[in-house]
Amino acid sequence: MKHSITKWSLRSVVWLIYAALAVGILWGVLYIVQLNGPTFFFQALLDGVRLGFVYALIALGYTLVYGIVSLINFAHGDVFMVGAFASFYAITQYGWGFVPAILFAMIICTVLNVVIERVAYKPLRDAPRIAALITAIGVSFFLEYFTALRWVFGADFITYQRPFPVVVWRFGGLIITNITVIIIGLTLLLLFVLQYIIKRTKMGKAMRATALDKSAARLMGINVNGIISFTFALGAALAGAGGVLFAIAFPQIWTFMGLMPGLKAFVAAVLGGIGSVPGAFVGSLLMGSIDVMVVSFVPMGSRLRDLFAFLVLIIVFLVKPTGIFGEPQSEKV
Amino acid sequence: MRLRRAIPTWLPTLLVAILLFVAVSWAKSTDRITVYWFQVIQLAAITAISALGLNLIYGFNGQFSLGHIGFYAIGAYGSALVTKDYMATWSGNPVGALSWMMAAQLGLVAVLGIVSGLRIGDRRKTLHAWATKYVLPHEARTITAVASLLMLMVIVAIGAAIAWVAQKALLALLVATLLRLSQETAQPILFALALLNGGTMAALISYLVGLPLLRLGSDYFGIATLGFAIMVYTALQNSDMVIETMKGARGMVAIPRWTNWGWVFAGLVLALILMRNLIYSSHGRAIKSVREDEIAAQSMGVDITRMKALAFAFGGFFAGIAGGLYAHLYGFLHPSTFSLVRGFDPLIIIVFGGLGSMTGTVVASAMFALVIEGLRVVLPQGFEDWRFVIYPVLLLLVMLLRQQGLLGTNEWGWLRAPLPPERDIPVPARQPGTPQVVTASVEEEISHA
Repeated sequence: MKHSITKWSLRSVVWLIYAALAVGILWGVLYIVQLNGPTFFFQALLDGVRLGFVYALIALGYTLVYGIVSLINFAHGDVFMVGAFASFYAITQYGWGFVPAILFAMIICTVLNVVIERVAYKPLRDAPRIAALITAIGVSFFLEYFTALRWVFGADFITYQRPFPVVVWRFGGLIITNITVIIIGLTLLLLFVLQYIIKRTKMGKAMRATALDKSAARLMGINVNGIISFTFALGAALAGAGGVLFAIAFPQIWTFMGLMPGLKAFVAAVLGGIGSVPGAFVGSLLMGSIDVMVVSFVPMGSRLRDLFAFLVLIIVFLVKPTGIFGEPQSEKV
Repeated sequence: MRLRRAIPTWLPTLLVAILLFVAVSWAKSTDRITVYWFQVIQLAAITAISALGLNLIYGFNGQFSLGHIGFYAIGAYGSALVTKDYMATWSGNPVGALSWMMAAQLGLVAVLGIVSGLRIGDRRKTLHAWATKYVLPHEARTITAVASLLMLMVIVAIGAAIAWVAQKALLALLVATLLRLSQETAQPILFALALLNGGTMAALISYLVGLPLLRLGSDYFGIATLGFAIMVYTALQNSDMVIETMKGARGMVAIPRWTNWGWVFAGLVLALILMRNLIYSSHGRAIKSVREDEIAAQSMGVDITRMKALAFAFGGFFAGIAGGLYAHLYGFLHPSTFSLVRGFDPLIIIVFGGLGSMTGTVVASAMFALVIEGLRVVLPQGFEDWRFVIYPVLLLLVMLLRQQGLLGTNEWGWLRAPLPPERDIPVPARQPGTPQVVTASVEEEISHA
């Protein structure tokens, strides 16, 4: 620190500004809490966090893939949609239970994403990044419109039948259902499994090495193509589970349902700092909370929720472009 | 020996343009093409104008933008509000909307002018440097932020005052001139004004949005502009909360259908001329240098932020003009036209045609319209849903087989880079002693340039 003299008059002005800001924020939060009563506020917060957990499952796929191949996999949201449909058919047509259905959805999504990676992205590994991105957009369109065909899934809204009865508990006005418990519990479980794979297994070590430097990893004897496929598979499995949980929470599915949650999950991943797993998680919780808070407290919020979601993104970009957990990048000459 | 082309490049280009214009007009007037296909052709030309703008931003300047459709939408609604006002007075005065929008833009320009004229950015840095001497760094940042915010509020207030005065003056002027004219005379003038209004509005907004966002890296900028496009879309869906006549999600109706083949063609030609002359000017070279290497460009004295903002604003202007033409083609605007899915169209077009190729953009726009609409005709009854299944498959094939696009960065005819101006120093004539082969290859290179 170079400053030799401290001007106390200047400092007092600064601290007055800080105090005003603090009072303003506190007043704002209290105002929102008392607006419809504290129960309403905490209920909204809980719903937001629940939505955030579902977003987290999608955002992790984005962040893993981006971390390894720097590709925004636009088709990821549609893989999520396929997961929801797979479990729908497992439950409604074959009468399977919840656990087999979710496993089925995860397997279908894994296979689908690996096929997409092999067919569409792998030939473009050395092409300019935009080529891969356009291809991803193409794959996304293909999945949406192909599944909307009459003999695939159809273009209508379908009511999703939950594989278990809904149980409601009340804690002094606060409503908690078993759906919330399942979403939070399952997401945390999957997160721990993912963290274990990345941090503790040989595959995870190879993934981290590939993310750091692809050619060096190849020189160390890592099968880079295999690792990339494995990353796509991991992301897809999480998205499949996310699709099932999303459909259980909001039981209406159609083939374009992946678009907005996919985009918002991607925004969440960017919010947290893309490439970072804890960042994606925290970003998703924030994104989900903002989503539900806007709907609950902003007038006409349910119509303006997307506007606010992306406004937050732009503000974050202006203040800290690399996201909350992102590492600052410096350009090399 | 002078380095000249045998035929001036503008000649075949002019001939092709005239031929195209006459052919389409003739085919329409003799009912050789249906109204439907006539509109498809016009839409293709409109898309080409918009895609040219995106090619300037992404192809020539290297800034990956996914939000082009947002500026297209702003131009469409911006011009439609003006013409609808003239035909069906929704704001209380036939030229009220025009005066308000032009005045608002004047106010914005005034704000930008004051900010750059008083060198607010430099003063901010001076203040920050001064404050850092006396207080802790985060405190200095806070002081600077609050001071610039207050300063900005004062400037915006001045801008608003200017806009308010300008609106009164403009309204009086327009009432005295435009409303005196008969409708036949006033219509083309008003339509041109409306299109310009939409274009400049899109350009100003893209400048304002671009200035802070363009500092971000390529992918981040793409996502931020994508976010902007979604914000515009959501705002349009709820636009009836602010302006009733925009009708929000129900769709804006009763826009006069003034767009015809002449307007569209003139728009495309003007866009190409503007674009071509910009690209081969010194500004154009600066814009392209930013794409090649930002750091190298900066070290050569190119103001990269300014060049990016310039290209982005120009691109937004093109999108705005195209949007205005679109709005008056069908006479009906719905937010879903400007949804994200349609927003990828211009990107796909410029990549397909070749990034950094104006010719490629025009050709690809035509082919794009042909494929999308052609599939509607080719596919048998009951298979219309397959249109958007086949289209991504074609896209994938193009991406897998030809990534540099149809034309790469090649241009055709007048759109090629002009030869360097004739110099007083003559190019040395062939010396008797020099080997024949070398000279021939040099000449060949020159003629290929």
